[in-house]
Amino acid sequence: MILFFALAIVLVASAIVTIVQKSPVYSVVSLLVNFIALAAMYFTLNAEFIGVIQIVVYTGAILVLFVFVIALLSSGIGPFSEGPDRLPKILVPALVATLAAFGFLTYGLTRVPLGTLPAHVTTSTVGDVGKANVFGSVGDFGAALFTTHLLPFEVTAFILMVAVIGVVVLGSDATIAPTHGTHVPKKKSRERESIVKAAK
Amino acid sequence: MTVAHVLDLLNTVPWWLVVTVKAVIVLVIVQTVFAYSMLFERKIMAWMQLRPGPNRVGPWGLMQPAADAAKMLFKEDLTPKTADPIIYKLAPFISLICAMGAFAVIPFSESSAGIWGVADVNAGILVIFAITSIGVYGISLAGWASGSKFPLLGAVRSTAQMISYELAMTMSVIGVLILAGTTSLSGIVHAQAKVWYIIPQIFGFAIYIITAVAETNRAPFDLVEAETELVGGFHTEYSGLRFGLFFIAEYLNMITVACIATLLFLGGWNAPFGLTIVPGLIWFVLKAGLFIFMYIWLRTTLPRLRYDRLMNFGWKFLLPAATLNLMVTAAIVAVLG
Amino acid sequence: MNPYAPVGIFLGVAFLFAVAFSIVPGLAAKKKPNDTKAEAYECGVEPTSDVSGRFPVRFYIVAMLFVIFDVEAASFYPWAVQMHALRTFGLLEMIVFVVVLGIGYAYVWRKGGFQWR
Repeated sequence: MILFFALAIVLVASAIVTIVQKSPVYSVVSLLVNFIALAAMYFTLNAEFIGVIQIVVYTGAILVLFVFVIALLSSGIGPFSEGPDRLPKILVPALVATLAAFGFLTYGLTRVPLGTLPAHVTTSTVGDVGKANVFGSVGDFGAALFTTHLLPFEVTAFILMVAVIGVVVLGSDATIAPTHGTHVPKKKSRERESIVKAAK
Repeated sequence: MTVAHVLDLLNTVPWWLVVTVKAVIVLVIVQTVFAYSMLFERKIMAWMQLRPGPNRVGPWGLMQPAADAAKMLFKEDLTPKTADPIIYKLAPFISLICAMGAFAVIPFSESSAGIWGVADVNAGILVIFAITSIGVYGISLAGWASGSKFPLLGAVRSTAQMISYELAMTMSVIGVLILAGTTSLSGIVHAQAKVWYIIPQIFGFAIYIITAVAETNRAPFDLVEAETELVGGFHTEYSGLRFGLFFIAEYLNMITVACIATLLFLGGWNAPFGLTIVPGLIWFVLKAGLFIFMYIWLRTTLPRLRYDRLMNFGWKFLLPAATLNLMVTAAIVAVLG
Repeated sequence: MNPYAPVGIFLGVAFLFAVAFSIVPGLAAKKKPNDTKAEAYECGVEPTSDVSGRFPVRFYIVAMLFVIFDVEAASFYPWAVQMHALRTFGLLEMIVFVVVLGIGYAYVWRKGGFQWR
């Protein structure tokens, strides 16, 4: 319980720092802290697979993309040039949204009896290592994902495919030359010219 | 006092104290292994290049790591004025903690009392991947925070390389998970009691080894610190023990990779040819040592790759090959059970 | 006891080790800073320009593709562990998944998304 509140404080504090911080890289670092604390909280709740995926996907992949963009776009040290302060304008809608989310969460939590688990699973203890029917374990997750929740899983494949295509379409504007077709990339022709010159 | 007495005594000590002491022991041993694998590397490289290698400090240069550490300790710790001071100091920290953290879940051997290791968790291999995947921040933040050109270039290159090869590495390991049916490291070793997975998963093993070398930024994939073009790569600006932290992290990552390869493909502490008279821990160390040797061998043998070839190889060959390998494995398991 | 508690303790000890490693040299190393030493390293000459400039969009594309394929790889873990129970059914499910993503992969390849120049 103490651990829960300690993690909760870290979570909220790092989230606030992420928003308030002027320098984008500091924001990323505090977001990193936030993600890791969230993963730690999943682990305390026996949700080991979600905890691992939280780290592998969010901190190991998505946040790396953020670091890339920030480090490369604003290579110079220091904050971005300051824009207009938009906080006053969005304060009221943000508060309403937060309260609504909190309300839904409270409603949901009162509907589900806490501390109960489906009959076929047990919570993880040291002796259970490797068994599939431990609540929150990788095996339990797989059993659920590939039987009862199969359709969402396959739909995910389509969403990911669309995302892949989106990346290429967005990134291909004049920077990725098609490997086939008539358009000859600029750099290549320049290289060719220099080779021709050198040959002469 | 017999073993049983010791175990009884251990049961009276609070578990967290036992874990803390274990953690300290493991970390001290791992640091020692790091120091001597560095010496090992220099010696082996020297012999391969027909040189004597370090031989002045102590007999056969055995005190060389201590001399190196003392030298590093007294070096001035510089921070460039263009650097971001906080993140500049934070980056080597992240690298080192992630490199050390991976050892939390590695089982080194087994006895009647349980696992020789700190923790034996259900999602062992995934926890290692999770912890090491945070290590990439050490490199990218170091490159950015230095406020200098070479580190930034080196960090960008290395991050792109690491994330590209991480995919193929993940896929190459999944074949083993299919065969073992568990993500627990001790469970995977138990599943290899009859046959080591290097035999059914020879392709997965080959892909794992290649990607692991790339992941740890070692030759021939050490474009990160290509001296001829990038000076020192992401740690160009670092000096003194702060540079040392990156150096330790690199070697610890090598050792982690060697341990994972041993656990997943070489049967962990299982004895080959029924030679159970030799303890499992010795077998584990020998097998992992083989991988460290392979790293050094690769470094002295192969020239550095060109960056475009490296990226093409990762995305166009290793990733599809690893996926094909795991689908074929799955098909065989589905048919034969 | 949560099975992950030892991992947490281990990380804490590792943190203390790292702190010790960075405090000790602060006490032992001599400090004689000067302006030249604090300059960013550029092979001996004074830095010619600030660290700025643009990077090829290729790096961003690689990072974005990695995010997508990493999510894909993450969904392989629970499947792999359950493969012995799912048998042919699981294989068919995953073939559909891989084929759909393979279309995306083939598209990127054909558009030159993996081509590094």
